[in-house]
Amino acid sequence: MSDLQVTLTIDGLRVTVPAGTLIVDAAKKAGIDIPVFCYHPKLEPVGMCRMCLVEIGRARRDRGTGQPVRGDDGEPVIDFSPKLETACTTAVGEGWVVRGLTEKAKAGRKEIVEFLLTSHPLDCPICDKGGECPLQNLTMAHGPGKSRFLHDEKARLAKHVPLGDLIVLDRERCIQCGRCVRFQEEIVGEPVIGFSQRGRGLEITTFSEPGFDSIFSGNTSDICPVGALTTTDFRFEARPWELRAAASICPHCPVGCNLTLNTRRQPDRDGQITVQRVMPRQNEMVNEIWICDKGRFAHHYAASPERLRRPMVRKSNALVEATWEEALARAAQGLRAAGGKVVGIAGGRASNEDLFNFRRLLEGVGGRAVLDEWMAGGDHAQKLGAGSKADLGSYGAGDAILVVAADLHEEAPIWWLRVRQAARRGAKIVVASALPTSLDPVANEIVRFPAGDAALAVLNVVHALTGDSTVEASAEPYEHAAAALRGAEDVLIFFGREGLDAAGSSALAGECATLLASLGCAGRARSGLIPVWPRSNTQGAWDMGLRPPSTGLKEALSDAKAAYVMAADPLRDDPGLAEALSGVDFLIVQELFLTDTARRAEVVFPAQAFTEREGSLTTGDRRVQRFYPSVPPMPEARADWRILAEVGNALGLALPGSSPAAVMLEIAASVPDYRGASYGELARVEAQWPIVGGDDLYYGGTAYRNEQGLGVKLVPAAERGEDFSLESHDLPVARERAPLMLLPVARLYDAGTTVGASEILRAHLEQASVALNPEDASRLGIGDREAVEVRWDGRVRRVNARVRDSVPPGLAIVPRSMSLELRGVRPVEVRRAE
Amino acid sequence: MAEHVVLRHREIPGLERLEVYLEHGGFEALRRAVTKTTPQEVIEEVKASGLRGRGGAGFPTGVKWSFLTPNVFPRYVVANADESEPGTFKDREILERNPFQFLEGVAICAYAAQAEVAYVYLRGEFWDVAQELDGHLASLRERGLLGKGLFGTEYNLAVHTHLGAGAYICGEETALLESLEGKLGQPRLRPPFPAAEGLYGKPTVINNVETLANLPPILARGAAWYRTMGTEKSPGTKVFSLSGKVVRPGNYELALGTTFRELIFSHGGGIPDGRKAKGILPAGASSVILPADERILDTPMDYEAVQAAGSALGSASVIVLDETTDLAWVAMKTSRFFKHESCGKCTPCREGTYWMLHLAERVERGEARLEDIDLLDTVARQIQGKCLCALGEFSTMPVVSAIASFRADFASRVADGR
Repeated sequence: MSDLQVTLTIDGLRVTVPAGTLIVDAAKKAGIDIPVFCYHPKLEPVGMCRMCLVEIGRARRDRGTGQPVRGDDGEPVIDFSPKLETACTTAVGEGWVVRGLTEKAKAGRKEIVEFLLTSHPLDCPICDKGGECPLQNLTMAHGPGKSRFLHDEKARLAKHVPLGDLIVLDRERCIQCGRCVRFQEEIVGEPVIGFSQRGRGLEITTFSEPGFDSIFSGNTSDICPVGALTTTDFRFEARPWELRAAASICPHCPVGCNLTLNTRRQPDRDGQITVQRVMPRQNEMVNEIWICDKGRFAHHYAASPERLRRPMVRKSNALVEATWEEALARAAQGLRAAGGKVVGIAGGRASNEDLFNFRRLLEGVGGRAVLDEWMAGGDHAQKLGAGSKADLGSYGAGDAILVVAADLHEEAPIWWLRVRQAARRGAKIVVASALPTSLDPVANEIVRFPAGDAALAVLNVVHALTGDSTVEASAEPYEHAAAALRGAEDVLIFFGREGLDAAGSSALAGECATLLASLGCAGRARSGLIPVWPRSNTQGAWDMGLRPPSTGLKEALSDAKAAYVMAADPLRDDPGLAEALSGVDFLIVQELFLTDTARRAEVVFPAQAFTEREGSLTTGDRRVQRFYPSVPPMPEARADWRILAEVGNALGLALPGSSPAAVMLEIAASVPDYRGASYGELARVEAQWPIVGGDDLYYGGTAYRNEQGLGVKLVPAAERGEDFSLESHDLPVARERAPLMLLPVARLYDAGTTVGASEILRAHLEQASVALNPEDASRLGIGDREAVEVRWDGRVRRVNARVRDSVPPGLAIVPRSMSLELRGVRPVEVRRAE
Repeated sequence: MAEHVVLRHREIPGLERLEVYLEHGGFEALRRAVTKTTPQEVIEEVKASGLRGRGGAGFPTGVKWSFLTPNVFPRYVVANADESEPGTFKDREILERNPFQFLEGVAICAYAAQAEVAYVYLRGEFWDVAQELDGHLASLRERGLLGKGLFGTEYNLAVHTHLGAGAYICGEETALLESLEGKLGQPRLRPPFPAAEGLYGKPTVINNVETLANLPPILARGAAWYRTMGTEKSPGTKVFSLSGKVVRPGNYELALGTTFRELIFSHGGGIPDGRKAKGILPAGASSVILPADERILDTPMDYEAVQAAGSALGSASVIVLDETTDLAWVAMKTSRFFKHESCGKCTPCREGTYWMLHLAERVERGEARLEDIDLLDTVARQIQGKCLCALGEFSTMPVVSAIASFRADFASRVADGR
């Protein structure tokens, strides 16, 4: 796109757009519809469906002077091409005249629709897309009213072709537009579906094993302009016009994808209003119009029959259901009795409002609130986080992105997708990690370091950058990484927690801050640090003043008389905490499910799921976003912020309890960064490109238009010109070494509270296992899938081995969700189980 | 009869052997080009000869080369040996019987284009031809006629064969490139044209086998000599593949501008059993079918005259229909071919050829009503002007022209009620 502006006439309207704009986009920007099927504004034009045929008249130019030729009437001479042309493949030209409403152009559209319908089954009455189908709508608008094609001569094709376990293809409905294939190739870079055969036999097929092996597969059903691709989640469940839409935010990772939850009263669930499907809601600065399959399909936990329904209190050593009055009174009594020796443990999936009230309550009773997390860096993000204009969508040539100790594909998929797009636009990508990541193929530089040495690796890059001589011998990758970052205008640094314990994570955050400053990017509006948090609102928790306990949860609990746990299951994450918890006299848990931790509580409060309530979450790049209720709450469940206010009330503490908006007003008043973040501000929207949904769904797809808020981007201290110096951190030291080191890794489909409940994803869940390099496996006499014992720090677990070439030698890899008491890398022994 | 330019093997026995080809001046044109002239001089000579692309489009060859984006390297040359037009069998004869003249042409083209790698893309059914060519390429490498530092210069050239998988569409040059890159054979959007972004996104020249085989004689004997044959705008000779209802079907290399009458009656021996010619497809299945009246029979077969007569010379695969041929059957056969070969990328061709075939078969089966003939005509016209590549347009030509010129053949099917 260039700065040069071009003016042309489309359907009689004068339109001025940047040179290089395609006619179809220029028309859309001016509010003129040129119908399309294969064209999608996020994809490269292919001109396959031929629906966008228009008459194009080009201003005649004098060959010598290049000046427009004028006729006798003084008007520029326009030469119309004898053939209709595709508006989706033709860029605008100065003085051109585009006609889409002439008899010729209208006939062209009608004829293309007629062709498309010859092989189409016209089964709209039973089609999931019916009601939001571009083919249906464009047929009504442009097509012939009557078929000239004999019904018996229609192609009869398979109507139930599972491409994978999440997406089903109806071959009869497919119009071969290739949007799905191109999405996987261009946007995702996981080309696992494609065309096979030719002509009328041209069909979509998958060539991955398992089928459609991509974590973004659901998006193809949004951009499919017919009912050919449906999700197994929504297929045959409801008609689009029966659905109500509520705005939400994905609760699964720190990206904060904007969602729309579609709900309907469900006959087979006693008329309950339930979530029928999760759809992307456009936010071009966050998720554009995409979401990952976890966000789309893992919502079922919120409606799980296993949810806690009533408050529970412990009576004669058993948890029994109780009234709210009784439970609140017991909780207040227990907290009072602890005499200030109270520790509150909250998880990063709670909303800002919940976390704010949590801290208020805990501090109000003289205790303290900590974050159920050990990863550091929230304060670094407050000072040096992503700046006010740091939008991955604007990243391209001249910019650089460093991803260190994180696998974005597994931990924050839409960031992965958008970093990949930035790479395609020319941004330099540097990946630094112990394990190969899915970003490696687009990386300009890859730095591999021993697991756990992330901070040291970044320090080496800093040294290479500043010319410091302390760089270790194998300096070359660091030099290259420094060279890739050095010339960049703006730099984003994503840092994670691969192989890191609390100290290592703190050192990494510190080194990343040093690196950003060394690059001269501290305080720049498009630069900054982005922590890849394990939870959706961990950054919000930091902003609300919660911190990981500096010496660990066990230590924090050691002299506590009471503990209050919200939106966390510390016992499941670390069974080793059992002892510490049993030393606590009084445990309160507010949760969705009767978790391992909840089972030991004196009082359990049933909390509302994100689908049932309002609140706000803060993304890893520090955008505060609102989510709204979509279904009525379970009758006895209450929102976390409200439960806390009621407990506070019973203790004589005044906590905001009338509404989440009221809590946010208090937050805005007491947390300086959140000064402008009222619910009204969070709900502000502006026009976005491309245009999606509503009458434009033929164009951008069925992603929802954002009418409920783009959120508020917080401005880091450095950009505000304030002091951004951070507490000094210990210099990173090399980890302890052993022939085999145990490395816990994050996986997208972990077996946690919020994913395991979705039956549709069960086959994708990460199983407890230990992955070894073939060399190590053979040295240890271990075969693939064999049962093994994993021993570390005096502990032992029995799991199945996986032997994988992708595992670097010397590492034994276990999924984090396996409930190991394990933070960083530890020396380990793996041997065949007896 | 003009002398043979590309079918020289008909006069020189054993020309398919390298020794024989070399004895008859083989690779001298290439040697002179590489050692004595610049690539630009080669291009100018070919431009001057007026040689036009023999694959069908008839675009001036030297002009096509001069469209290569300047100063972008590497460049590629691709020989289009995907000969798939029904009724065309000229390239096969050249590849089998006069292969070294073709390969020398490939090398001259590559030198002119400053390409150091050339590919010969053969239709999948030419696997035996490919095997022979691989042998020929090996002997050329042994002789130092291909490879590093040709004739002691800095110029290197490697030539590879590549077999397609049996798709007509891969004769379309951008679909060919896709297939050569290992992708599904579907045409690309143009622009960019291959001369700007071709194989692997690099400037690429794609020429037909016969076009390339013309190059060594043109360079050896000069543009002026070449222009002594053929017409002003269509110089040189052309291999006409004659088939259908003729006594002696086969390839005939004749000067461009020879009349249909001379080809069919003087060379082809006329129509069997003294029957009358009824129609002519001058360019295989991709033709507007011409009624074989006296005016048409006297039309010179050059690019301009055949076009003026309402059809196109194309690859000059002349299929003759006689009075026993039912044009409704012909329309059904061509529709079946194009339906089978449509790549499916664009809607009008994918759906339109499918629809045309259903209608044409209905007529052929005698199950059509009179309005179905009009519908067939409408559907064919509805495809026209809307397709991504020329194939879709081609599919309509025999149908529309058959209905226009031979409507009675269709109407009788309906009336018969067979």
